[in-house]
Parts: sequence; C-alpha cells; structure tokens
Amino acid sequence: MDFATFLIQLLNGVQYGLLLFLIASGLTLIFGIMGVINLAHGSFYMIGAYLAFWLTGALGNFWLALLAGVALSVLLGVALEWLLVRHLYRRDHLYQVLLTYGLILVFEELRSILFGDDVHGVTVPSPFNFSLRLTDTLSYSVYRLAMSAICLALAAAMYWTIARTRLGMMIRAGSVNREMVQALGINVGLLYRLVFALGVALAAFAGMLAAPAASVFPGMGNQVLIVSFVVVVIGGLGSVRGALVAALLIGLADVFGQLAFPQLSGMTVYLVMAVVLLWRPRGLFGSA
Amino acid sequence: MMGRQAARRALLAVLVIALALFPLVGAKFYLTYATKIMIMAIFAMSLDLLVGVTGLVSLGHALYFGAAGYALAMMDGPSLWWSLPASMALAALAALAIGALVLRASGIYFIMVTLAFAQMAYFFVRDSSYFGGSDGKYLNARPDASLFGWRALDLDSHLHRYYLALALALAVYVLLRRVLGSAFGRVLVGIRDNEARMRSLGFATFRYKLAAFVLAGALAGLAGYLTALQDGIMNPEQLGWNRSGEALVMVILGGMGTLAGPALGAGALMALELVFSTWTKHWQLLLGVFVIGVVLFMPRGLLARRKESGHG
Repeated sequence: MDFATFLIQLLNGVQYGLLLFLIASGLTLIFGIMGVINLAHGSFYMIGAYLAFWLTGALGNFWLALLAGVALSVLLGVALEWLLVRHLYRRDHLYQVLLTYGLILVFEELRSILFGDDVHGVTVPSPFNFSLRLTDTLSYSVYRLAMSAICLALAAAMYWTIARTRLGMMIRAGSVNREMVQALGINVGLLYRLVFALGVALAAFAGMLAAPAASVFPGMGNQVLIVSFVVVVIGGLGSVRGALVAALLIGLADVFGQLAFPQLSGMTVYLVMAVVLLWRPRGLFGSA
Repeated sequence: MMGRQAARRALLAVLVIALALFPLVGAKFYLTYATKIMIMAIFAMSLDLLVGVTGLVSLGHALYFGAAGYALAMMDGPSLWWSLPASMALAALAALAIGALVLRASGIYFIMVTLAFAQMAYFFVRDSSYFGGSDGKYLNARPDASLFGWRALDLDSHLHRYYLALALALAVYVLLRRVLGSAFGRVLVGIRDNEARMRSLGFATFRYKLAAFVLAGALAGLAGYLTALQDGIMNPEQLGWNRSGEALVMVILGGMGTLAGPALGAGALMALELVFSTWTKHWQLLLGVFVIGVVLFMPRGLLARRKESGHG
C-alpha cells in the first residue's frame, strides 16, 4: 500500500469514527444520565438524513437546511420525551427497549409513506464541492474533510459544555445521583428533556452531515444503530470521552479491517468489542 | 394457588385441543403460518428462560437458532432421529463455549457481548461461500422421519410439520414448566432477584447460569432446526440481530418469566403482522403503535406476572 492510499484510508477511518462519535455521544448521554436504552437512535440518524434531503430541496441551500433540521430535531426530541419516554424512567430497561423498538417501526414506515423506498442523494454543498488531488489517480473529497472538522468542533464544544458550564455540571451530577440532584433543587425533568433532545439532535445532525457524502436510503438507521451501541459499550456507558476514543478505534478498525481481511470485514468491529469487553467488562472508560 | 394452576392447565388443554383441531378448518396458508408461529413460540420460550427467569438479557439468541438450522441445511437428507439431536447438541455446544466467556459480564454489557458473538457468527456465515453466502443454503431434501422402515411422519407434508411443531412446542412448554418448578429453576429465579445473595448462600451461581444458557441454546436450536425444516432454506438473516431482537420483543411483549406469555407474544406479534398486512402495506406503522401502546397501557406485558420483581 502506497502512502496516498494509506492516507486516504486513514482519513476515511477518522471521518467515519468522528461521525460515529456524534451518533454515539447522544446515545451514551441518554443512557448515562437518563438510564434509557434507546433503540430508536438509529432512526434519528435516518430522520436527519431525510430532513437534509427534504429541506435542501425546499430551502435550496444545504446550510440553511442544516440549521432548520437541527431546530426540527430538537423539537422532535422534546415531543418524544414529553409524550412517551418520561413514563418509563422508573421501569425496567427492557420496556424502554420495547417502546423504542416500536418507535423504529413507526419511523421506518412514516419514512416509507412520506419519501418512498427509493435511494435519494443530496448534492455536496459549496464551498466544499471539489476534491483534492493527491496523485494522478487518487483524490480526496474536501467535503469529507469539512465533515471531520465540523465533528471535531462539535466534540470540543461538547467537552467544554460538560466540563466547564453550569449545565455540564448538572449533567455530570445527574449521571451520578439523580435523587441528590433533585434534592438540590434542580429540575431533573427539564434536565432529562434537554438531554434527550440534545441526543436526538446530535444523531440527526450526524445524519444531515452524512447525507451529501453517502446516499439517503431506507434502513440506514439500522445500519448505524448497532455500531453506535458497540461504540458506547467499548467506551464505557455514559462516558463521552470513552465514546470518542471508541468511535475512532471502531472507525479505523472497520476501514483497515476491510483492507486487511476483505473476507471477514464485517466481523472486525464485533471482534474488537468482544476482546475489549472480555478484557475490561465495563468498557475502556466505564466506572466500576 | 391450586386454583390458578388448575385454571392454567385447563386453558392449556383448551388451546392444545383447538390447535389440534385447527387443520380441520384452516387452509394450507394458515396452517403453514401457524406452524411458523409455534416454532417462534419455542424460540421465545427458550429466550424467556434466560431473560425472564434468570435475568440474563441476551441479544444474541439467534446464534443458537441459526447454528442448528445451518447444521440441518449442511446435511444431505439425513434422518430426523439423529439430525435433530445432533443439531441441538451443536447449538448447546456453541452456547457452552460462548456462555463460559460472556457470563462474566452483566447488565447491558451482557446484552452487548452476546450481540457481539452473534454478529460475528452472522458475518462469518454471510461472507463465506461454504454456507451459501448472503443467499443462504437450500436443503437438498427434508429429513427422513421413517422409523425402522415405518413412515408414520412425512416431513414433506405441511400437515405433518404442523403437528410436529405443535407436539414439540407443547413438549418445550411442559419441560420448561418442570424446570421452573424444580430446585434448579428456583435457584435461577434467585439469581435473577439477587445474585450476590445466592452466592453467599453457597450456590455456584456461574454454573447455574451456564446450565440455563446451554439449555436455552439447545431449545433455540430446536426452533432453528424446525425453521430450516419448514422453510427448506437457511439464510444469514436467521442469525442476525433482528432475529434476536424480535424474540426479545416477543418475550417482553408477552410478559417476562411467564413462559406462556412469550409464546403468546410470538402469536400476537405474528398474527397482528398478518392481519395488519392485509389492511395496508404500511402494516409496520400499526404494529409499532400497538407495541408502544402495550408498553404504556399494559405495563407488564400481555400476560403479567402477578408479583413485580425488579431486574435488568
């Protein structure tokens, strides 16, 4: 493998990893703080991609569509938490699994009714709609670089929010002891609603970002759901830092696994998870 | 207490008689569909032994289902009488090896590590031409069920397969009911409710969990074998997480730890799928709304266990 090919694979791995991080960070926050196992998280990613497709067509500009899409997905998160999820906090995790499984069915079918079952595409937005030439035959899409940069900026913003702000303090406290946080006079119900909406928006945002780079198709949510659970578990439940490390690990393992063992490429990700969990049963950054 | 047990037996007898008489009125399509439901009921009951009884939530139960199914598909028209035990033994062996590794994890980590092994098996089978790849593997011929030259059971007949599935579903229910009532079953329930307490009482809880895992794997293998027998083909999707997830949904929907509940969950989910799909091509929407409705308005599933116990 020459250097240019290696570089392209490395960039692909990092870009896939960072996108996974956006999806998985929402999942790990929702689990870590609210204790909710959210199977519908992949659907939120899919909803984001379809929002990008629909809004780019309606508004004529991808970046405007991105803004409007974030607003809509926050609203969706708030509505879902208020209507459904809040009734389940005190119940066995398995009922959350069942409820969010029902949501997957509903969202997939609504997608089919509204947009049909065809594969759609979103054109790569300016000013990133060109490629960098690496050699005579190889080039790399600048949009993919921009995606990585946006994901990194969001990761930094998330780190700053969680480590340095008042909201972040409540989030960290809420994940350790929710009764104590409530006793201190913090509105836990509102905090949960906010965290759930944030998680939905992160997954949808990832879907919107991915739409121009990949196609928009039925079943795209299921494809990322399991991988993002893998990331969350390898990183350690509730750990955003763990999710970042694990997402990059999985992104690189997936890309280089396809190069090294094309016959067994699908297995690499799960092999990594099995090894990590047998070695550290609570993930890389999980607390005991 | 005796009243409940008597009522349960009476209900079971009525159900079995109704199912035994169903072929008198049911068309072939409905008989085939009912056969599939009974097979899935076996699968759901086997998962209930882990999820509802022992408190081990596995999201990789399809692995054992698929292992036995593929075992049959790889054999060339074998006899039912040795291929069925052999396929179940293979599933049990897989459960023993994987269980020994994964039972050290608990909670959501257990969910994920069982998923990891099942997904590895899924991709291994899907990406290897030996097992027919993503197209799956057709059975060359259905197993031969003649016994000493006497051909009482003809597995090419949909009617015979219907009665075979009914007999085996009943046998699995009775077996698991026995297990639940035994000392072994009580230890499993004890582990679900409080494993530390069971350990301090002197029970080697790991061995009990492993035994439950292997038994559940073998019975999942029975369901997988019957599925390959019924469909005449085994494909990788039978090992995928959707299959495991579907079974988990049947268990939770029907009522965890009740055995009859998960069987009922399998029936309800598949029957509703059939009914809704005759109404509209968007039947999944109705099914999703139904599932959400059950969670919100029937908090413990269709068939609730009377006493609430916290686990998971």
